[in-house]
Amino acid sequence: MPYLELQELHKRFGDFTAIQEIDISLEGGEFLSLLGPSGCGKTTALRIVAGFERPTHGRVLVEGKDLTAVPPNRRDMGMVFQAYSLFPNMSAEDNVEFGLRVRGQHAGDRKKRVAELIELVGLTEAAKRYPHQLSGGMQQRVALARALAIEPRVLLLDEPLSALDALVRVQLREEIRRLQTQLGITTLYVTHDQEEALSISDRVAVLSKGRIEQIGVPAEIYNEPATPFVAEFIGTMNRLEATVTNPDGGEVDHKGTRLRVGDTRGKQSGERVLVLVRPETLAVERAPDGAGEGALGGEVVAHIFLGSTTRLKIDAAGEELSADVPSTTAGTLPVGTRVRASFPAESARVLRLEQPQASPATEPAGH
Amino acid sequence: MAQGRVVTGRMPRSGWVWLFIGAAYFLIPLAATAEFSLEEYPGYGLSSYRQILSDPAFRDTLWLSFKLAVATIVVSLALFVPTVYWVHLRLPRLRPAVEFLSVLPFVVPPIVLIVGLLYVFNVNWVPVWFVESSRFLVPGYVVLSFPFMFRSLDASFRAIDVHTLTEAAQSLGASWTRTLFRVILPNVSAGALSGAFLTLALVMGEFTMANVALFTTFPVYINYIGQTQANPAAALTIISFGITWAAMVGILLVGRRPGRGAVQIGGAR
Repeated sequence: MPYLELQELHKRFGDFTAIQEIDISLEGGEFLSLLGPSGCGKTTALRIVAGFERPTHGRVLVEGKDLTAVPPNRRDMGMVFQAYSLFPNMSAEDNVEFGLRVRGQHAGDRKKRVAELIELVGLTEAAKRYPHQLSGGMQQRVALARALAIEPRVLLLDEPLSALDALVRVQLREEIRRLQTQLGITTLYVTHDQEEALSISDRVAVLSKGRIEQIGVPAEIYNEPATPFVAEFIGTMNRLEATVTNPDGGEVDHKGTRLRVGDTRGKQSGERVLVLVRPETLAVERAPDGAGEGALGGEVVAHIFLGSTTRLKIDAAGEELSADVPSTTAGTLPVGTRVRASFPAESARVLRLEQPQASPATEPAGH
Repeated sequence: MAQGRVVTGRMPRSGWVWLFIGAAYFLIPLAATAEFSLEEYPGYGLSSYRQILSDPAFRDTLWLSFKLAVATIVVSLALFVPTVYWVHLRLPRLRPAVEFLSVLPFVVPPIVLIVGLLYVFNVNWVPVWFVESSRFLVPGYVVLSFPFMFRSLDASFRAIDVHTLTEAAQSLGASWTRTLFRVILPNVSAGALSGAFLTLALVMGEFTMANVALFTTFPVYINYIGQTQANPAAALTIISFGITWAAMVGILLVGRRPGRGAVQIGGAR
């Protein structure tokens, strides 16, 4: 039996449908992220689990027990909020102790537990400080300790790192994962940052317009996006519209160029498809004489330095491609160089083209 | 900013002139009253103060006004803290309406208010012990204190993230009562205290309602002394001023206490 279940959740606010149908099951100790752009319904789903919103219909179950009608203060769910939510009138340790006081725990036990948790989040030195005397990262650490102090059935995190600067964000997300693994606590994490979700989750559910687009382990989400939306939202993706020419041989035609794309099983000859290729799988080489067989020809129009890699922007017959090359070799392909770009057939993902798609290559959200 | 202008902590000469004029406007009448209150024939002395302080009516009326002020503060806080909290939390669209209502006591003169209250309470179900005692004035004073109490509380509630603090407390298992008393109230206490002090000053000085309703409160007593004894009336004015001044100092001290009032929530918001 799953530990936490969200069954057929729907939520409407007047005429606006925030959640259309969400079914998610989490095993005990699992870390699942709800990932999606603003307004996709991820925070609403989390708030329904916390009890701050009632679903229009659907149920929330923990260990098979229906909690849908249970008020938030009787759900035993620890929550860390996006906004700094520490009680300003209490010191860090008093904040952590609050939930234990509510539960009427013995003073001695309380003090011991608070000290343990403050130490666990590395804030022993700052235990007596008030929230306004703590940095944003420290405040969120205290908020995490406070949520964990009550030994919640489920830990809920609502974009807890979004107000922090980049370095602290990376440190703290690793810390959250370390604590979650150490304590084995079932966790539901909401974020719009795909890198954050992919780096710390056991599984990721990608949401769009109140629906789950795809749910799976991070590698699956990244390498095998199930829908064009997921492909666009997760990382950067080159999108090539093409026509299947040889379904058995895995060949498609893109603007007169024959490309090998690996898996085209189940597709019909002549069917319109979307070929998705990651920038890091595109191999770029000088080609003064043109594209050649099975490759895309074009001209380097821009360099974007990303550290160890450099992203080349290539104009391929009016279509913009992104290709990541090692920064050490990017200098050999300056702006204006005629190049050919190819990719291993098995690295391309082929999706049915159901409707005309807009932008050619999309930058990841949350950066 | 003016270029090449050195900004120093010094006040310009014109500033001193205005400060002197302002101070003179307030202090000359006060000094004249104080001087008059000390006048004796011949010379100066404290006989007026002695006379006032030894008058049982002074202590009785002061005590009555103080009790009424405390009762008004208690009722106002019990009524307005949960109301303003709920408006901020669940009914933010009603806030302009409540704000409008809070201005009404300024528009409706106290004489109209007390006549209205006398009419409202002149029914059988209101117990006689209530109508015949000075407690009768408390509902009217609560209405008069509404603007001060609402504005002080509203400012404090706007300084905190009511939604997040409430939800954080609830997620930790706190009931509504505990959330209100342990989390919300301590963080709006500066507003509550400021509203309380303003209410204290208001009730200690309210004359019209008490006079019409025939209760001898402190301001009614001041009026009586003013009409019958000139020098003790001036002494009473100075004493009354001292009480109001103490209330104002109280507000200032409360506003300066760390961790209260302008509640600071660290980091970016």
